[in-house]
Amino acid sequence: MSEVRPRVGVVTFPGSNDDRDAVWALAALGADAKPLWHADERLPALDAIVLPGGFSYGDYLRAGAIARFSPAMGAVVEFAREGGLVLGICNGFQVLCEAGLLPGVLRPNRSLSFVCRDVRLTVERTDTPFTSRCRPGQELTIPVKHGDGCWFAPAALLAEVEGDDLVLLRYAEGENPNGSVADVAGLVSPEGNVMGLMPHPEHAVDPLLGSGDGALVLASLVDAARDRVLQAA
Amino acid sequence: MRATVLVLPKTGILDPQGSAVEESLRQLGFPVGEARVGRVIDLDVDAGSADEARSAVERMCEQLLANPLIESYEIAVEDAS
Repeated sequence: MSEVRPRVGVVTFPGSNDDRDAVWALAALGADAKPLWHADERLPALDAIVLPGGFSYGDYLRAGAIARFSPAMGAVVEFAREGGLVLGICNGFQVLCEAGLLPGVLRPNRSLSFVCRDVRLTVERTDTPFTSRCRPGQELTIPVKHGDGCWFAPAALLAEVEGDDLVLLRYAEGENPNGSVADVAGLVSPEGNVMGLMPHPEHAVDPLLGSGDGALVLASLVDAARDRVLQAA
Repeated sequence: MRATVLVLPKTGILDPQGSAVEESLRQLGFPVGEARVGRVIDLDVDAGSADEARSAVERMCEQLLANPLIESYEIAVEDAS
């Protein structure tokens, strides 16, 4: 029996620039990766959706604020509300926060500088569709490249996020590149089916590119999407 | 109607741009206190009255122009007719 390749859609917004890398990485990791277009109100049948990195709508107003209202996002929000798996990377994380699918907001880096470098991350949870291939406490090296990566939540919301164990990835000690509260690098929704992260796993799927650790995150997603296909069959 | 929206980082929230401006002004010898940097959005609003315009702009702020987690906003409406 040939292995089931789950259908994972990757939405291209005007200004996305990591969409093709995400498609390539997901396909390399066993997905049937499908490019999607922001102007499409209806999406094809999918087992998971990825919102890629980039600068949708030029990051005008606030990063992700305008992309959130693009036609495809209506379908993405509905997909997520029905329990569908959604992963937002960098700009995709910003869009998910602005859309209210993830708590908090991404603000300009505390340094006011764009950062582009490898960072070390600590895996906080492995019982999710996005981190199942990781070991508890595992350290991952994955690059970041962003100007607006400072995740922020007011104290009461942060307490909820921590209380519900929503943080999946934190910058390792001394690594926080943007001033994010509680060293948050990646979060999951309370329902467990939506994740956002600032580092770029799609740029770290081959040791030739400096690290293969990003493949653990993306392959976890592909595994989870495949499980859903097999359960439905 | 002409409406002007002033969006500012909420008080108590770290504002790196404001801090940089504040520091720079102090270096120039201006004895300033806290500086905050926000944005101004100038709008032409199709509305029958100032109240109507204001309530439309409030909805714009809630949906798009400001993020209530980190930003506060002020609206000024001016009858341009």
